[in-house]
Amino acid sequence: MSISDARALQVQQMESADADIFTTPDGRRIGGPILEMRNITLRFGGVVAIKDISFDIREGEIRAIIGPNGAGKSSMLNVISGFYHPQEGEVWYRGMRRARMRPYEVAREGIARTFQNIALFEGMSVLDNIMTGRLNHMKASILAQAVWWGPAAREEAEHREKVEKVIDFLEIQHIRKTPVARLPYGLKKRVELARALAAEPKILLLDEPMAGMNVEEKEDMSRFILDVNDEFGTTTVLIEHDMGVVMDLSDRVVVMDYGKKIGDGPPEEVRNNQAVIDAYLGVSHDDA
Amino acid sequence: MPIEVFFAIEVAINGLMAGVMYALVALGFVLIFKASGIFNFAQGVMALFAALTLVGLQTGQIPFAHLINAIFGTRMHHFGWDLPTIVAIIGTMAVMVLLAFLVERLVLKHLVNQEPIILFMATIGLAYLLEGLGDVMWGAEVKQLDVGLPQGASVWIGDTTYALFGYDFFIDKLALWAAGIAAVLVIGLTLFSQYTRQGRALRAVADDHQAALSVGISLRAIWVLTWSIAGFVALVAGIMWGASSGVQFSLSLIALKALPVLILGGFTSIPGAIVGGLIIGVGEKLFDFFFQPIVGGATENWFAYMLALVFLLFRPQGLFGEKIIERV
Ligand SMILES: Nc1ncnc2c1ncn2[C@@H]1O[C@H](COP(=O)(O)OP(=O)(O)OP(=O)(O)O)[C@@H](O)[C@H]1O
Ligand SMILES: [Mg+2]
Repeated sequence: MSISDARALQVQQMESADADIFTTPDGRRIGGPILEMRNITLRFGGVVAIKDISFDIREGEIRAIIGPNGAGKSSMLNVISGFYHPQEGEVWYRGMRRARMRPYEVAREGIARTFQNIALFEGMSVLDNIMTGRLNHMKASILAQAVWWGPAAREEAEHREKVEKVIDFLEIQHIRKTPVARLPYGLKKRVELARALAAEPKILLLDEPMAGMNVEEKEDMSRFILDVNDEFGTTTVLIEHDMGVVMDLSDRVVVMDYGKKIGDGPPEEVRNNQAVIDAYLGVSHDDA
Repeated sequence: MPIEVFFAIEVAINGLMAGVMYALVALGFVLIFKASGIFNFAQGVMALFAALTLVGLQTGQIPFAHLINAIFGTRMHHFGWDLPTIVAIIGTMAVMVLLAFLVERLVLKHLVNQEPIILFMATIGLAYLLEGLGDVMWGAEVKQLDVGLPQGASVWIGDTTYALFGYDFFIDKLALWAAGIAAVLVIGLTLFSQYTRQGRALRAVADDHQAALSVGISLRAIWVLTWSIAGFVALVAGIMWGASSGVQFSLSLIALKALPVLILGGFTSIPGAIVGGLIIGVGEKLFDFFFQPIVGGATENWFAYMLALVFLLFRPQGLFGEKIIERV
């Protein structure tokens, strides 16, 4: 039995042990926990960005993280993607405790992300940017690429095809060759999503993918996120300030305030939670 | 045509040799600067170190011979064999890759996220360390480097130009070879960075570290790769300079000329490094040819810096650099 078989079996057992694998009314299959955050605490000097927070993310769901400015949402995403390392707590991924990992190692494990402040390769075209999302899947070595031109070229063509699919999916054909630096903000956010999707991730982490967008752009982005989840079953973690969007998109919501978890559950339930209402009334927050 | 024009053309072509050297050293700077934001003061010394190592391997010198002899009272200097040039070149390249690995392990890894000035100071330290290491490993005397590149005046060019223009051009074959090898090197590097996985990763890291990490690129692996490539470029520069003027410590001084080249070409532009290097190499020879009789002295010593100064005043981003726009 190979390691991956063993893992599949383990996951299966975990799933069958878990009574609440279910199918959503719109027909999406939600599985057992794929990622679990256990008692995470993250400090920056005196600032406690995350205080002893636990929650899980189920396979195939859209999980929102909300909270006022400075609540620690981005920090949590950074912990998941290996940019920050918590002082306390454990991260469990696909049923195994994850060792301390560098961000590039997390990416290689199938967790892709976008950034609140957009991190694109400004000097490259849209196409080249999205192509970097395929780097993890490229196998041919330098030597093979230099000497053994045929197979390397075939591999290149396969990656190009995948990238073109993502481009079609996100409706950005018209800017394929445009240098990213020349794009408006809304389109940059879309290209960043495209690059993350090109990696064919198991988990997609989106840090305020709709910040600074107009209503129409938000609607497009919401549709893309739903379609991705629907079509590829991609587990998605979404940080978002717009409550309307959160209500529409997410299966479950974690609410954070001052580094603490103050709510966790389906969107309707969280919306009526008194602690959550207080947090939002008490602290002014940027609705953008 | 007046004979002075032919003289000037001849001078310009022979300035290519120096130009290619400047361009190669500047190229090494640009590669490392783009990938890690480090201004690598040691690039020139790396060329010297590579050339020393190549001669040492080629002639079968025992590394650290003086040190070993001093400690153990022995009198060994040579293994007693000569390595074929190509084997020696491969061996030298292996040493340069090892150097890249050590630099990453012992220096960069610990200084990551530090101020650029601190990293710059570290490379100054590295420069002196390498210079000393080269000295201790291979000895301080001037060495001949012969890798079989053709040298001396090209008779064919002389005869042909005499038949065509009635003027016998004196062109050093080595200068032409140097230009050709540099061109092949640049084309190779361009293909590498455009079409290979590692090349793409390298461009990604040069553009944005955070984004590169998020698509699964290991910065440290890319730094080793960049320093290895810079080591390879240094080796090529070392071979050519060594072949034309012998391997000696003055080689590391050409690194100083790379600074005006970078100001001319832009710190982040590979074509800029090449064009800038050629302009300065050819320009300083031509300037000397025309103005030396008027201003006197060795104009080659200061021409490059004066040109750089003019550029700093009128086009600070260089020929190919991105325009610097102050954000307010
Ligand atoms: N790299 C860091 N160094 C120091 N403090 C940090 C760092 N990253 C985050 N913090 C602090 O941690 C706290 C939580 O920040 P975080 O960015 O996670 O909040 P957020 O919920 O994403 O807020 P926003 O809605 O404004 O994006 C803040 O007090 C912030 O100043
Ligand atoms: Mg944030």
